[in-house]
Amino acid sequence: MNIVACIKQVPNSAHVRIDPETKALVREGVESIVNPYDMHALEAGLSLKEHYGGKVTVLTMGPPQAETALREALSCGADAAVLLSDRAFAGSDTWATTYILSLGIKKIGHFDLIICGKQAIDGDTAQVGPGLAERLNIPYVTYVRRIEFVENGAMRVQRLMDSGYDVLDLPLPALLTVVKEINEPRLPSLKAKIRAKNQQIPVYGAKELGADEKKIGLAGSFTEVTEIFAPKWDRKRLIIEGPVEEQVEALLKNIKQIRY
Amino acid sequence: MSIKIDQDKCTGCGTCLESCPYEAITLENGIARVGESCVLCGICADNCEAGAIVIERARDMAGEDLQSYRGVCIFAEQGYGKMHSVSHELLGVGRRLADDLGVELSAVLLGHNVTDMADELAAYGADKIYVIDHPGLTCYSDDAYGNVLVDVIRQYRPEIFLGGATAIGRSLIPRVATMLGVGLTADCTELSIRKKDRLLLQTRPAFGGNVMATIVCPRSRPQMATVRPKVMKKGNYTPGRKAGIIPVTPSPDRVCSRVRLVNSVKEETDLVNVAEADVIVTGGRGLKNAENFALLHELARQLGGAVGATRAAVDEGWISYAHQIGQTGKTVSPKLYIACGVSGAVQHLVGMQSSEIIVAINSDPGAPIFDVATYGIVGDLFEIIPALTKRLKELSNS
Ligand SMILES: Cc1cc2nc3c(=O)[nH]c(=O)nc-3n(C[C@H](O)[C@H](O)[C@H](O)COP(=O)(O)OP(=O)(O)OC[C@H]3O[C@@H](n4cnc5c(N)ncnc54)[C@H](O)[C@@H]3O)c2cc1C
Ligand SMILES: Nc1ncnc2c1ncn2[C@@H]1O[C@H](COP(=O)(O)O)[C@@H](O)[C@H]1O
Repeated sequence: MNIVACIKQVPNSAHVRIDPETKALVREGVESIVNPYDMHALEAGLSLKEHYGGKVTVLTMGPPQAETALREALSCGADAAVLLSDRAFAGSDTWATTYILSLGIKKIGHFDLIICGKQAIDGDTAQVGPGLAERLNIPYVTYVRRIEFVENGAMRVQRLMDSGYDVLDLPLPALLTVVKEINEPRLPSLKAKIRAKNQQIPVYGAKELGADEKKIGLAGSFTEVTEIFAPKWDRKRLIIEGPVEEQVEALLKNIKQIRY
Repeated sequence: MSIKIDQDKCTGCGTCLESCPYEAITLENGIARVGESCVLCGICADNCEAGAIVIERARDMAGEDLQSYRGVCIFAEQGYGKMHSVSHELLGVGRRLADDLGVELSAVLLGHNVTDMADELAAYGADKIYVIDHPGLTCYSDDAYGNVLVDVIRQYRPEIFLGGATAIGRSLIPRVATMLGVGLTADCTELSIRKKDRLLLQTRPAFGGNVMATIVCPRSRPQMATVRPKVMKKGNYTPGRKAGIIPVTPSPDRVCSRVRLVNSVKEETDLVNVAEADVIVTGGRGLKNAENFALLHELARQLGGAVGATRAAVDEGWISYAHQIGQTGKTVSPKLYIACGVSGAVQHLVGMQSSEIIVAINSDPGAPIFDVATYGIVGDLFEIIPALTKRLKELSNS
């Protein structure tokens, strides 16, 4: 199977916050990481390859330093990596991103399966997977929590629903987005690490991809951020003090409007 | 490149350096310089007090008269003959937006043998309902549902289209937006109309809930967004309220799916579904282990509620993901929310802050959960919870 795992380098959003005084975004100690869900996408690709043979290529669109993310994926066992990078890509929203990624995938050539993470933790949109599948005109399943088997050019997967899961069959080529429950990503191996260090990573820009400049970057993006701010909570709070029994009594008195 | 620093205006204060999540800005000779890693997110421009950072944009949706789009339309999500509660919430917010714009509110209802459900949509505030009732839509599929939605939107041209940010909506709506070639804002928690240009202001959490962003789509129609469940108020319910029903017949090739549903498994839980419960008792890392969750189950049972959990507790394997509340879990808004041993990280707060009454039990008086609590109890949950459960039992017996 020829598998493409789409990975994204993101700021570790756990540490991004807005300073309540200055209203500025503070990124104190924020490092770049591979989007955690994408490590599960890669792992899903690697274990499919182990079962059914084939090749796993990791693909990313991002600034030049996104190469680090690709090398990390290579150290975990990916066979090849492709970087899509160009000043003209900057500012792409999910609509422009899926266009650029679809061109990158056409450049890679033949594929059976594309695997994305459920969502990227910077934007949390979960839009790129379905959008990319549509661009490539292939079927997709989101929120995949298990791949049951691949057989005769088709596969069976389990998709997480709001309560429970669906079992679905789909023909290849196809695209999946995966949730964390699907697997435990492996750690880099020393051997792969050494290989990854020297591996060639082709970089394609807008020209090499033959991208329409009106469809990429800011010009190709319909969503515009007009404002950012810190989440605010407004609630009158009452701290209940005293020994445990008194605290419980006081609480029950206050919430007695609730039926119990 | 379409980000520019106005050299005359830049004061070299460095705020942009601090604010850039991508570390793309440096100071050179006291003037900001934007480097390679810039993704044009615009956060620096927003933070620049001198107004020295300018981001240029262009272009409208190809050859379209944007003004010819009219009305607010929602996707009425249903499953197995039951309306999803997010549909009522979409009608609530949709009604408000439509009234602000002075336009009609419509709903699209897809499925098989669902025509009767249109009355429910009318009662919750829809003026017009497009009903596509077809055997090919019996089970949900991204393909068939997406094709049909696109056709309805192309024909009736609403200026705003909303869906729920549910497992289905987050899968379906991105495909629809891509097919239409329009912008889409995911997971909105606040929607309003900007009076001066009738644009939809779409506010959503980003960076795992640490940051709120307001987004507009001035150059494409419809303006599309998915809306987080349990955040918006439901529409006013007026039984017998009438709406125009417009049956739409899809062409057979549009109601096919490449993906086939083999079967649907409802996860067995002995508990009430957290997303729908009126009372939720949530446990965090303060619970210390899986066994201690029994304390919460007992309290929840006494209150007729469900048990929730923080991501920390789920990651520890103390309870399943179905119980996780927050940015990467479920959004809830019960009448009563009791947080036990939960610190109150923003990622958790975004999933529960619209609860009516929030009770926090935490041994650390400085825990941020107390900032959102209606009632805060500083103390040891292992003393308080059993005492509370015991007292409730006594009360219900007497
Ligand atoms: C991108 C991203 C997404 C995330 N999404 C989510 C999400 O959806 N939901 C979510 O919950 N988190 C989410 N998180 C994680 C979040 O940042 C916090 O790590 C998490 O919510 C903390 O869980 P906690 O409060 O249980 O644990 P802790 O932060 O460890 O807090 C435990 C609390 O228990 C108290 N305590 C300890 N013992 C006792 C006792 N005996 N009695 C009373 N109190 C006691 C302590 O004082 C402490 O305040 C996300 C993080 C990221 C980066
Ligand atoms: N710039 C990118 N390069 C490669 N893959 C991406 C990129 N952006 C998003 N993806 C993929 O799409 C998924 C969903 O991202 P998002 O829609 O941004 O939440 C991620 O988990 C990645 O697998």
